[in-house]
Amino acid sequence: MDFTLKIWRQEHAKAKGGFKTYPLKDVSPEMSFLEMLDYLNMQLIEGGDVPVTFEHDCREGICGTCGLYINGRPHGPMRNTTTCELHMREFTDGETIVIEPWRASAFPVIKDLAVDRSSFERIMHAGGFISTNTGCAPEANSSPISKHISDKAFDAAACIGCGACVAACKNSSAMLFAAAKIAQYAMIPQGKVEGKERVDQMVQQMDAEGFGFCSNTYGCEFDCPKGISVDFIALMNREFFSAKVCSQKRQ
Amino acid sequence: MQKLDSKIPDGPLAEKWSRYKAGLRLVNAANKKKIEIIVVGSGLAGSSAASALGELGYKVKVFCFQDSPRRAHSVAAQGGINAAKNYKNDNDSIYRLFHDMMKGGDYRAREANVYRAAEVSNDVIDHFTALGVPFARDYGGSLDTRSFGGVQVSRTFYAKGQTGQQCLLGTYSSLNRQIAKGTVKMFPRRDMLDVVIVDGKARGIITRNLLTGEIERHSAHAVVLATGGYGTVFYLSTLGLGSNASAAWSAYKKGAVFANPSFIQIHPTSIPVLNDYQCKLTLMSESLRNDGRVWVPKEKGDKRHPTEIPEEERDYYLERRYPAFGNLVPRDVASRAAKERCDAGYGVGDTGLSVYLDFKDAIEAQGEKAIRDKYGNLFEMYEKITGINPYKQPMRIYPAGHYTMGGLWVDYNLMTTIPGLFAIGESNFSDHGANRLGASSLMQCCGDGYFILPNTISDYLADDIRTGKIPVESKAFDEAAHASADKVKRIMAVNGKQTASSFHKRLGKIMWDHCGMRRDADGLKKGLELLDELEKEFWADICIPGSENDYNQELEKALKVADFFEVGRLMCEDALQREESCGAHFREEHQTETGEAKRNDAEYAYVGAWEYQGADEKPKLHKEPLKFEFVEVKERSYK
Ligand SMILES: Cc1cc2nc3c(=O)[nH]c(=O)nc-3n(C[C@H](O)[C@H](O)[C@H](O)COP(=O)(O)OP(=O)(O)OC[C@H]3O[C@@H](n4cnc5c(N)ncnc54)[C@H](O)[C@@H]3O)c2cc1C
Ligand code: SF4
Ligand code: FES
Repeated sequence: MDFTLKIWRQEHAKAKGGFKTYPLKDVSPEMSFLEMLDYLNMQLIEGGDVPVTFEHDCREGICGTCGLYINGRPHGPMRNTTTCELHMREFTDGETIVIEPWRASAFPVIKDLAVDRSSFERIMHAGGFISTNTGCAPEANSSPISKHISDKAFDAAACIGCGACVAACKNSSAMLFAAAKIAQYAMIPQGKVEGKERVDQMVQQMDAEGFGFCSNTYGCEFDCPKGISVDFIALMNREFFSAKVCSQKRQ
Repeated sequence: MQKLDSKIPDGPLAEKWSRYKAGLRLVNAANKKKIEIIVVGSGLAGSSAASALGELGYKVKVFCFQDSPRRAHSVAAQGGINAAKNYKNDNDSIYRLFHDMMKGGDYRAREANVYRAAEVSNDVIDHFTALGVPFARDYGGSLDTRSFGGVQVSRTFYAKGQTGQQCLLGTYSSLNRQIAKGTVKMFPRRDMLDVVIVDGKARGIITRNLLTGEIERHSAHAVVLATGGYGTVFYLSTLGLGSNASAAWSAYKKGAVFANPSFIQIHPTSIPVLNDYQCKLTLMSESLRNDGRVWVPKEKGDKRHPTEIPEEERDYYLERRYPAFGNLVPRDVASRAAKERCDAGYGVGDTGLSVYLDFKDAIEAQGEKAIRDKYGNLFEMYEKITGINPYKQPMRIYPAGHYTMGGLWVDYNLMTTIPGLFAIGESNFSDHGANRLGASSLMQCCGDGYFILPNTISDYLADDIRTGKIPVESKAFDEAAHASADKVKRIMAVNGKQTASSFHKRLGKIMWDHCGMRRDADGLKKGLELLDELEKEFWADICIPGSENDYNQELEKALKVADFFEVGRLMCEDALQREESCGAHFREEHQTETGEAKRNDAEYAYVGAWEYQGADEKPKLHKEPLKFEFVEVKERSYK
């Protein structure tokens, strides 16, 4: 297969970026999207050019490192699929493919297609945990949790922290990402104890990082490679408002 | 170096750890605040250790090469994590878990270490549950388990096919809590280039900031390596592309002894190679062998579609050869059996290098929904990669490089031969002998990090309460930092024509062909020659565009490949000296009449531990004899 690639090139965070066009021939339909970029980079290097910087590690859709904005969609055209899982057989021969980094002020570009997602880390530091010390846990089966609830907690916990939800949202909201963690803990007894503080602190941090508000357009759910449901945002909002009411009562 | 001292305590097996632990020294709370510990690696081993040490009050610095600790390759573990809970009432116990691991490892592991790993396994499950890890549950709300290869009980806890992800997010959450409290400081996007030794003790590391290229110095009172495995030496493997041997290798070159480097597990069920530009193989979890049946056609070169081959014309070769364990034989056995069938001409697919893993019978018996519940995400992953729906036709699978049993030699304290340098998780050699049983790595990583290391490292640090902060301005730091900077300059200066990946691919092929699933003396010697030649070519023709003072992914790769040549050589040397077959190490010269691995306990019941002697010298082999007091050493049979 042959393609024309239009790729965002930007030397460093402060440099002015722009699209560059690269024709690429003899791509195998069996190649993954990132293997196609490896193939391009090999040709660039051998031709004396600087290769395109893009991030990745596991190449199997679980580490959350990869993430490219492909033809106007985070992770490209396939639903429930990360960039590294996308294969060239999903494209048509001769197509022009536009490749950009995530665009959000809370995810500044580092170089070419790589962005800085440390804002996600700081949201997690603010409350993405259950406060229990090593060694003080009760026997694992001492408090049963219904299969239904624990399966739902798993669905929320499946988030890979890729940031596609932010890239998909016109307001660059991180609600789906934060809600996934908050909901996972809010549903199970272990997590309920500090639920109110958690939601309060994580939402505050999200605002401080400059992520936008949620206007319920659900682009995030549509483009999330792990199918995280927007229902968790509703659950998070309930937690948030009840936390507010409680703190007002306390005051 | 003096003799290797494993420091295995005396006493009955089941009491060794508790008695030993009771005698370990402590550091009081006020002093802990003055003591710094570096942890390199944020996988299950590193992040569990760092958070437990932070909870204790130490000042911890954690390093990883990814942009976030949550992306360490532990995240990719699929199948599960073992514990001896006996929830299924199938007569499981700590002793049985220990025994299975000893046997699975083909009696090439230390009894005391293995028993301890089994002993703390239950605490790991309790702790994860308290951290909110959503393990699978049954309808009564209790935790569910499943079976894994090489055992006859059901002791594997799981979270669909994403157990590693869920466990890692658990340890990551405890890490985040400590980061918020200020006990742990995180340094992502760093490559460790060297360990710094001051007056004979590990006192720091040199890193390269991957975004700026800056060579940085970090000091501490002790250094813990939790840098994972080096299966990427084969180029194509189930590991993440950034996985490497370099951190452990820098420690080896500073005097840490490296044990059993050739013990490397080839996993039987990975998606086969589909195109020439592939740089990664995706695992299909061992758990699939609970319900999937492995077969090839009985007729050589049968090109019919698998669904058109009738039952009586299929050879379920694992069930045929190993009736007692069937499809659930250990990995080394299953991998060799697949290779045997393919080499004999029965393999399927275009290249003939794959076998079928078929769910037809399981779907008929249990229904598609039950299978979807258990393995849904794996089936989806398979379909995304291959374009084939495994509910409708069998998967095609082939063995792939996966896990390194070998690693830095450690004593019972998990300390290497360099005082103050510890190694935990996959980066050490300690618990899996010559072959690891499924679901026991996650268990070992978390046991090491949460429950073992915090005790043993405190005993070591008890001598450091008056040491004070370790300065980074010293002769030792200067030398290490300059050596690292020189290495970077040297590799940049080559200015050749070939990419790091193209060298890595050729290097991987040499290792796969000559030091892979089956080895023999001639092949290993040939492998050594080929490695030498390719390494020379590398240092004459590697091409790294861009600058070293920048985010330069080609430079990162090249630095790792440069070390893989040396690692590869040590693997070949180790495989050559071991004139026996055991576990994953299979020497053609040493097999039984039925083609099974033939051990030589009289001469080779030892850990082969290599000491670096300088760039142009042969490394020195030390032998740590393995004593078996509590298991009866038998021929491993799964028939
Ligand atoms: C696909 C797959 C599936 C698996 N499934 C299972 C399973 O179901 N059950 C099971 O028990 N085991 C399984 N395993 C094995 C298990 O996942 C690993 O052995 C284990 O997770 C290793 O954990 P770790 O903490 O030692 O290392 P890793 O998780 O690999 O972490 C290594 C860390 O070290 C850092 N690092 C490495 N090198 C450097 C360097 N030079 N400088 C700085 N930082 C560095 C990395 O950034 C990372 O943070 C699987 C393995 C694979 C590959
Ligand atoms: S919610 Fe989905 S899109 Fe957002 S970070 Fe998590 S996995 Fe990625
Ligand atoms: S590279 Fe890990 S999710 Fe894509």
